[in-house]
Amino acid sequence: MVEKEKSMIIQKEMISNLFKDLSTAKETGKKVVYTFVPGNLSELIHAFDMLPVYPEINALQSGMRKKSGSFIKEAERYGHSEDVCTYVKCDVGMMLKGNIGPTGEKIPSPDLLLLSYTGCFTFMKWFENLEDLYPGVEIAMLHTPYQQDGKITKEMTEYMVKQLKDEVIPKMEKVSGKKYDETKLKKILEYSVKTEDLIVKIFDTPKNIPTPIDAYFAGVYYIGPINIGFRGTIEAVEYYKELYKEINKRIELGLGPITPEGEIKEEQFRLVVEGPPNWTSFREFWKLFYDNGAVIVASSYTKVGGVYDMGFRHNPDRPLESLGEYCMNCYTNLNLPQRIELLEKCIIDYHADGFLVNSIKSCNSFSAGQLLMMRKLEEKLEIPVGFIESDLVDPRYFSYANIKNRLESFFQMLEQRKLINAN
Amino acid sequence: MKTLKQTIDKCKELSFDLNFTEAKNWKGKDNNRALIGYMPIYFPREIAHASNCLAVGILGTGDRKRIIKGDAYYQSYICRIPRGIIELALDKHFEGFDGFIFPSICDVIRNLSGMFKLLNIGNFVSYLDYPQNFNPNIGGEFYKNEINNILTNIKKINNAEVTTEKLNHSISLYNKNRKLITSIYDARQKFPWRLSAEELYYVIRAGMVIPVEDHNIILEQVYDFIQENFGEPIDKIRVIVYGSFCEQPPVSLIKTIELAGCYVVDDDFLIGSRWIEGNIDDNTDDPINAIVNAFLTKSTFSSSLYDVNNPKEDRLIELFNKRNADGIIFAAASFCDPALLDRPTLQNACEKNNIRYISFQFSENIGEFKNIKEQVGAFSDSIKLWDDELIEN
Ligand code: SF4
Ligand code: SF4
Repeated sequence: MVEKEKSMIIQKEMISNLFKDLSTAKETGKKVVYTFVPGNLSELIHAFDMLPVYPEINALQSGMRKKSGSFIKEAERYGHSEDVCTYVKCDVGMMLKGNIGPTGEKIPSPDLLLLSYTGCFTFMKWFENLEDLYPGVEIAMLHTPYQQDGKITKEMTEYMVKQLKDEVIPKMEKVSGKKYDETKLKKILEYSVKTEDLIVKIFDTPKNIPTPIDAYFAGVYYIGPINIGFRGTIEAVEYYKELYKEINKRIELGLGPITPEGEIKEEQFRLVVEGPPNWTSFREFWKLFYDNGAVIVASSYTKVGGVYDMGFRHNPDRPLESLGEYCMNCYTNLNLPQRIELLEKCIIDYHADGFLVNSIKSCNSFSAGQLLMMRKLEEKLEIPVGFIESDLVDPRYFSYANIKNRLESFFQMLEQRKLINAN
Repeated sequence: MKTLKQTIDKCKELSFDLNFTEAKNWKGKDNNRALIGYMPIYFPREIAHASNCLAVGILGTGDRKRIIKGDAYYQSYICRIPRGIIELALDKHFEGFDGFIFPSICDVIRNLSGMFKLLNIGNFVSYLDYPQNFNPNIGGEFYKNEINNILTNIKKINNAEVTTEKLNHSISLYNKNRKLITSIYDARQKFPWRLSAEELYYVIRAGMVIPVEDHNIILEQVYDFIQENFGEPIDKIRVIVYGSFCEQPPVSLIKTIELAGCYVVDDDFLIGSRWIEGNIDDNTDDPINAIVNAFLTKSTFSSSLYDVNNPKEDRLIELFNKRNADGIIFAAASFCDPALLDRPTLQNACEKNNIRYISFQFSENIGEFKNIKEQVGAFSDSIKLWDDELIEN
């Protein structure tokens, strides 16, 4: 049994309070905004005193609590194909079954669908589906241009700012009944910057050997608050301060990462992972790594809600511009050469022994192109690469035996490479 | 003058020439010409034409080439079309192409643009990010900038000077092209037996790989032919096939649908050729603006376009009524998120409007159509029977 650290307790409380607020939103009169993690406009939502709902987070939590299978089946009965993104189906199924969220509390219907579709086309289809399920709901679309040439141009930022001014903010004013207050937004953004500084420091700590944290399995918990609406709040700053303090303590003591099975006493392999994790068998999945002393020192998934380690920070002096740039800077909005460059940097800076792709059946935004990315990294860095396949929340696509076999071969490869390097 | 059969045979050959011989010959005739390949669905070919460039539609390999290398680039749960495109690239079918355009229709095509970059295919690779905001000062300005970026890329290759006159002229040629295609669809609505869906498919697809001037001649011929009174209608239902806008159904599938008791009176197979509904202003001082405005205000409906203000389900029902159709066949490529995620909404709309439909998935290389034939046959029979019952009542 792992003893809960203070940061874990704080996080649990933060999330539970959010869900409580959501469950009473209709009584308290708080307006509810459904939106997505990549390119989320938390600060703007806070500036209008509204509450965010992240359908992906509900889906992943449903996956972890073994509820997603029945939601997906419900969505398929409703007419969805087996072939499409299971996050969408899990969300639609949950809604069709009464919209009872992962904590058992009812999630209120949206007052606004804020479609900041960053880095994934499916988001757009997802909200078109929700619009159909919640007829008449207000919708604000924020089209985020892709970093096709690996950069953000002046025109792209202008486009984002104009959309924020002409489309998103007026809709938020209408729904919330409040006027846009830029001074308030700037204050919120100051907290965002502090949070971002802290999260960069935290995800920098796996550069230590041994790493004090697992930047993938535990990393998904660490990114929770910053991704699900707390960026821009004092609570998030306090949470990350506490977390950073705890991690530093581990570094001082030379301790490895904590896992549900206990602490990793001896780090055998340091890996960089590309692709989201599987949620339906999250713990078994993690254990496969634990059993082999494999730790993840960096992962692309923890950058879906923002790539802060490459220098991006929200900027209170350019509030709308920086919100737009934030959206354009999320991982799946980077082009493939940029993604490779980022992963390469991680592999080098974090002294990784190998690179692993967890390819997700549901998710074209991540998966299309991964095999080439993997090959390019293998060629360039001459490190062992591994490949496994699973799904986010569809339990039908998690084959334990298959993943175990593939991982074992990968770990053997890493072992051999270690021996060769030692000689 | 060629006979209709000769014209169609030629179109068939052009449609599936995976070496793009005609396009390459066209380029070979003049050093200042350039070729750019574009992926589905839509690309404003007018801008390429005005830059002394031929925009060539790339629709994968269909069932015409065995995929060997392409499969090593894609997981099994990704649609077929990108693997065919990669296969063509690796087998040097695009030699002589100067650049490539990847319109923003889904994440697979988007990431394919990155793969072309990583594999250094072509002198330029442009992802054409269509605005999903339809305000001229917002999405319009953004789109204008996207078009100008592509023009800059082309200019680097052939140094072509794009003038207002040239653009207006190119627009007028494509206006004519669209008008002829629309007229053929309209004529087929009345006389679908005069030109089969398969033949129509070749005629439209050929236009994606040859100069618009040549295609207009073909379309005029076809249009004239189908004005003549020949053939007799047979007892078939009239259907719209919807959802195959990117990865193409094999031609045998289109044939199967018609053989199983349907006339296909509309479809979205090669919808890019009819993307803009109606004319673009071809007599203006700012033709780029005209192209942009047409996109914002005259685009057809599609799964790749944000549409909450003008829902595609309503537009599909409108099309159904306009074509006087009896049913809708939803045919989407396997693993095609955009098409498949639209299905429940579209099917619900059909149910609300008492429109009969069936749905299935395909991949571009399927070779077995027995099940589809049975499904379509049963669909056609049920509609005929249902109509009879209505009449008897
Ligand atoms: S396709 Fe991927 S990024 Fe997009 S919604 Fe689904 S899981 Fe998320
Ligand atoms: S078939 Fe569908 S998923 Fe595949 S590339 Fe085309 S639009 Fe994208």
